[in-house]
Amino acid sequence: MAYSVTTQTPASRIASIAGLILIIALVALPFFAGRGPIQDMFFILTMLVLAQFWNLLAGYGGLVSIGQQAFVGMGAYALFGVVILLGLDPVPSILLAGVAALIIAVPTAFFAFRLNGAYFAIGTWVIAEVVRLLVAQWKTLGGGTGTSLPRSATKDMWFVEIIEETLGVRSAAARDILAYWLALVLALATIGGIYWLLRTRRGLALAAVRDNMEAAKSVGVDAARMKWMVFLTSAFGTGIAGGLIYMQKARISPDAAFSVTDWTAYVIFIVVIGGIGTIEGPIVGVLVFFALQSLLADFGSWYLMTLGVLAIAIMLIAPRGLWGLFSERTGIQLFPIRRTLRGGKLSETKE
Amino acid sequence: MSILSLTSVSKSFGALKVTDDASFDVPQGQALGIIGPNGAGKSTLFNLITGNIRADQGSIHFEGRDVTRVSAMERCLTGIGRSFQIPQPFEKLTVYENLLVAATHGRNMSEAAVRDDCADVLERTELIKRANTPAGQLSLLERKRLELARAMATQPKLLLLDEIAGGLTEGECQALIGTIKDIHAQGVTIIWIEHVLHALNSVVERLLVLDFGKVIGIGEPDKIMASREVREIYLGIDV
Repeated sequence: MAYSVTTQTPASRIASIAGLILIIALVALPFFAGRGPIQDMFFILTMLVLAQFWNLLAGYGGLVSIGQQAFVGMGAYALFGVVILLGLDPVPSILLAGVAALIIAVPTAFFAFRLNGAYFAIGTWVIAEVVRLLVAQWKTLGGGTGTSLPRSATKDMWFVEIIEETLGVRSAAARDILAYWLALVLALATIGGIYWLLRTRRGLALAAVRDNMEAAKSVGVDAARMKWMVFLTSAFGTGIAGGLIYMQKARISPDAAFSVTDWTAYVIFIVVIGGIGTIEGPIVGVLVFFALQSLLADFGSWYLMTLGVLAIAIMLIAPRGLWGLFSERTGIQLFPIRRTLRGGKLSETKE
Repeated sequence: MSILSLTSVSKSFGALKVTDDASFDVPQGQALGIIGPNGAGKSTLFNLITGNIRADQGSIHFEGRDVTRVSAMERCLTGIGRSFQIPQPFEKLTVYENLLVAATHGRNMSEAAVRDDCADVLERTELIKRANTPAGQLSLLERKRLELARAMATQPKLLLLDEIAGGLTEGECQALIGTIKDIHAQGVTIIWIEHVLHALNSVVERLLVLDFGKVIGIGEPDKIMASREVREIYLGIDV
């Protein structure tokens, strides 16, 4: 009998059907949900995208960055820049936000890749601060105090009118629905794209580099190229998310757009608590994070302290996160990437 | 024709000269053994050949091409495969996936195209039953076999084995020798560092002795083992 390879598991087959139903429900959500839930879902989806890209970087690429806010902020400012100065529509400008993040990611990587481990982490943070200070000098976009998207740009945004008419909602609600749908598309593309990447031979190479860099080089893996690919991909995705987040907010300032707490610390919390190095982890993590935020929103600094204590507790008790704990006990994986060899001599006797 | 030739290769770590003016050729298809006391610079010599370390001086030619400044990754692509002295598996990947990384990247081919070759290497190295086990869960013998299998998956023309028999029981060692002999019989050139001399001498056609980074002898195993220098330096016998 010939050999064959599969990555499917019984759980993943059920998950793909459940996933499809969930996607249909999420697409249809604006038809029966109010503005509040739509805004909450927008927050969850955009944080999920940021978490997936940080997870790709740190969990798969071994690059622990605490400077992802540079790409959120740069993407957001690029979007405001082209909308305000060039009069472009905000919707297609979201892609330019990704391009802008990509452009600053090249010199960032050039410098940061000279550093390793903790030094890399600090290096990325320092670079993000430098970008924030530079952007704060951009007087036409409000300098240090920031600016808003002009009413004319947000009012005539692509698709807004169609949504207003079809769903019978006001313009502000239509903009939220548009942002929500875009966030949904972005989140699905991100998860799908990362899952696809991990199932290619580049995904194998990433895992090999993470496990043992010297051995990976010795079997022909281009470790340096893998690092570049992962860093640039996550910068692009993070920039797009940044552009989208601030298109929805319609108001920007350097301190908010380059906030290390909002765009990196929370994101790390999500990934760590959910389970680093898995696609499922950030999904679980973002739901836990949202629940905590809703529960503790009125407790001010107690909220942050709770998050910190919880993150430490999870790291000590379950270093692989909540999903890791669950997956270890049950063996269930929703996005399996393990290539299982079958047939040939493996089918002769039971394992 | 020699597949590998080193010309006056030297390497220092600070004041310590670990490879001192090493020059030798390895003919196509030969199995060369390297012996020498601990700290003689055997593994460093390997790292220089595979490109994990760059030479300070001298040149290394592989198949007539100067590879002295070529990276480890590219040397693998040109046909140099290696095993590590301390097994370095990709622990979270399965045995099969370990080979898949090597085959897809070392040969620049798709996963589907190398599937049967990987399964074949697993059969030959007696790892097939462990194909879907994470490498981190393997025993020492299996880890050593995986080192060999992963190097073979890149389809090397030159295979470097670094103390692959060390730490194994006699029975395990014999089984591994059989596998290495098979590989050699297929025309793969082998350079093998080993302290387990009877294992080494049952495979290699030529021996090289290294001491303090210097090549102090190269030739037929019997003559080398009988030579005064080897017995003095390597075996610690006063003559």
